[in-house]
Amino acid sequence: MSGLSRDSANARVLRTDVDRRSVVKSMLFAGGTLLFSGFGRADRAVAQDNIRLVHMYHQYGEEGTEAAVRRYAEQYTEENPNVEIEIIWQLGDYGQALNAALLTDEAPDVFEHGTRVPVDLVRQGQVAPLDDLYTDEVRAGFNEVSLASATIDGSIYWVKMLDDTGCIYYRKSLLEEAGVEPPETLDALIEAAQALNTGRQKGLFVGNDGGISGLLGPLCWSANGRFLNEDNTAPAFNTERVAAAYTKLRDLNQTDALLMGAPTDWWDPSSFIQGLAAMVWGGLWAMPQILREVGAEDVGVLPWPKADDEGTPATFWGGWGQCVFGKGQHIDAAKAYVKWLWIDNTEIQQDWNLGYGFHVPPRIEAAESAEPLQEPPASDVAGFLNDYGVVDPPQWTGAMGTALQDAVTRIVREDADAMTELNAAAETVQSELDRLQEG
Amino acid sequence: MEAAERADVYVAKVPWWRQSRWEATIAFLLFIAPMIIGLGIFTFLPIGWGLLISFSDARNTISIGNWVGFDNYVDILSNAEFRDSLVTFAIFAVFIVPITFFFSLGLALLVNSVGFGRGFFRSVFFIPTAISYVVASIVWKMGIFSGLPYGFANMVLYWFGSDRVIAWIGETDPPYYWLVLVTCRLWLQVGFYMIIFLAGLQEIDRSLYEAAAVDGAQSGWTTFWTITFPLLRNTSIAVLLLNFIAAFQAFDEFINILGGVGSSGNISLARPPLVYLYQIAMGQQDYGRGSAGAFILTAIIIFVTIVQGRIFGFGQRS
Repeated sequence: MSGLSRDSANARVLRTDVDRRSVVKSMLFAGGTLLFSGFGRADRAVAQDNIRLVHMYHQYGEEGTEAAVRRYAEQYTEENPNVEIEIIWQLGDYGQALNAALLTDEAPDVFEHGTRVPVDLVRQGQVAPLDDLYTDEVRAGFNEVSLASATIDGSIYWVKMLDDTGCIYYRKSLLEEAGVEPPETLDALIEAAQALNTGRQKGLFVGNDGGISGLLGPLCWSANGRFLNEDNTAPAFNTERVAAAYTKLRDLNQTDALLMGAPTDWWDPSSFIQGLAAMVWGGLWAMPQILREVGAEDVGVLPWPKADDEGTPATFWGGWGQCVFGKGQHIDAAKAYVKWLWIDNTEIQQDWNLGYGFHVPPRIEAAESAEPLQEPPASDVAGFLNDYGVVDPPQWTGAMGTALQDAVTRIVREDADAMTELNAAAETVQSELDRLQEG
Repeated sequence: MEAAERADVYVAKVPWWRQSRWEATIAFLLFIAPMIIGLGIFTFLPIGWGLLISFSDARNTISIGNWVGFDNYVDILSNAEFRDSLVTFAIFAVFIVPITFFFSLGLALLVNSVGFGRGFFRSVFFIPTAISYVVASIVWKMGIFSGLPYGFANMVLYWFGSDRVIAWIGETDPPYYWLVLVTCRLWLQVGFYMIIFLAGLQEIDRSLYEAAAVDGAQSGWTTFWTITFPLLRNTSIAVLLLNFIAAFQAFDEFINILGGVGSSGNISLARPPLVYLYQIAMGQQDYGRGSAGAFILTAIIIFVTIVQGRIFGFGQRS
């Protein structure tokens, strides 16, 4: 009985025209519409011919860099009032953030890329070719190596902002106390690291992973090996001498003279400054901070030593270049901005390269006239770059890097046979190259 | 008597789509619409898209269309690194699942038997669950288990007279990083499972213990083994299952403790499947293979769940 009366009461309520329930329903509908309509994307073009360019940088470690890039952007907007630049200072893992952003339509119009421009990025159309910016004169003014690392199928895909390289920083006083000469071969380096190891202060720091990622290139190059052969059609790292060099990395790791578990990694100079290790594999970018904190008299530099008697010292030719997003809406405006910043404006280039950290300007003229790079030890390291610097080719993809790094990990950490591992990695690299050549 | 037969309530024989219940149905649909739409857009659509991507060659792009059939699946399964990552996961699960189970059961028993301040202890053990895995990983990596002489763990060793400065995360012989990884996850998740066990414990009828006491059973191990543990069977199975799935999805602490910008050489020390797929998809920008790997992983989890359910008879009345 009670059920029935409830039923008919409900039926009565449901049949009335306006009641509480239907009011709530319609409010929910209206509110939902309002809420979801607010999620429309704001248009990029602010006014009729106002253009908004998004410019993405990675987080540079040196102080003052973020303020500097914003200053450059403001300067550009002063001279070109219809272009507004939004700077994204990307913290943390820049590579992942950039890759994720490039997949969407809201990718930055101008972004930087480190070391080289990968072929896969270009094939997907995500980077615009910048050939029209490179007149003969401009091209001659740039270092050929900087251009080569972004030349794919004949077109150049970036404008290099700065050149980076690495070197071994050592404390002269500690080496003198231990009676050790600055090492010039890999064996001497291993002995020196052991001699300088006092337990509390380790002998050498090459990264928290024992140098597997940081020294992947330098070890190979110091044994006269290369990642790929001259035509970039086959791997060239699976030689006996390179295998011996990676085996020596294992020996180095087993000496217990390597600093591991430091709070920051090798690219940050604090391990050297705080005296956690006597020698540190670091980058040129950290030199001003090191010279300031440790003092120029006590700091010496070395390239990564040769792996055997016929080898050569090696260091990486890295750096960052500016790319223009190939699927953006304002490609011409972005190209003009990049041209203004990194081709025409010598003052900004010198400030950016030398005002905060030390980098070598990629324009030959700017590099030769840069004052801070004329004195040792900065001039020594600039010399290392020119004499011993090796660059990654654009055809060297992430998959190849992972394959080689996994091989070296097994060599160093699991006592695997170096030649076998390198040959296995070479197979993977070859199949990647075949895929790139097909596609 | 049926309502339809009573004379004073007339319910016409109308077709089902004209019954008065349709208004209630519309209301129901409207109210669950936001959740269903959200679920559809943010969960089902990406899963479907991911399935389509796994059948295409998608590098540096997430658009589909470059169909390659099952190539990505074959690639991943024939990859030694992927199989290694499954082995890593198996080792990890063998450690973490029993240890978590025993710790959380033990804690639950202790907290249950505390006379005073039970709420306080429950909160204290549960709070780590609210802490982000990333934060805990960083604290573990740089504060407690850093390789410097003044890292917390090294200092504790020093107090005990040891002279060695252990690089907890870098050394491989013996592999101390497993200690770091397992303790981090243990601290973070024991509280959660303890709460589940507490709920299970509280459902056990007190009169059983009284009956056992009358029969002369000692309280303690005997009552635990004969009364408590059997009655916790469904809870135990649920905890084991959840634990196993969580171990399969282990990612945060591995990538934060073993990873690092600039020294990625440590990640391959202990690389569970999700970290490996992350490196493939985000690192090498090969979304096709990454998606294929994700679906293979899902299939494995579903298979193991079904098998485990069958073996333990999950859901049957005890």
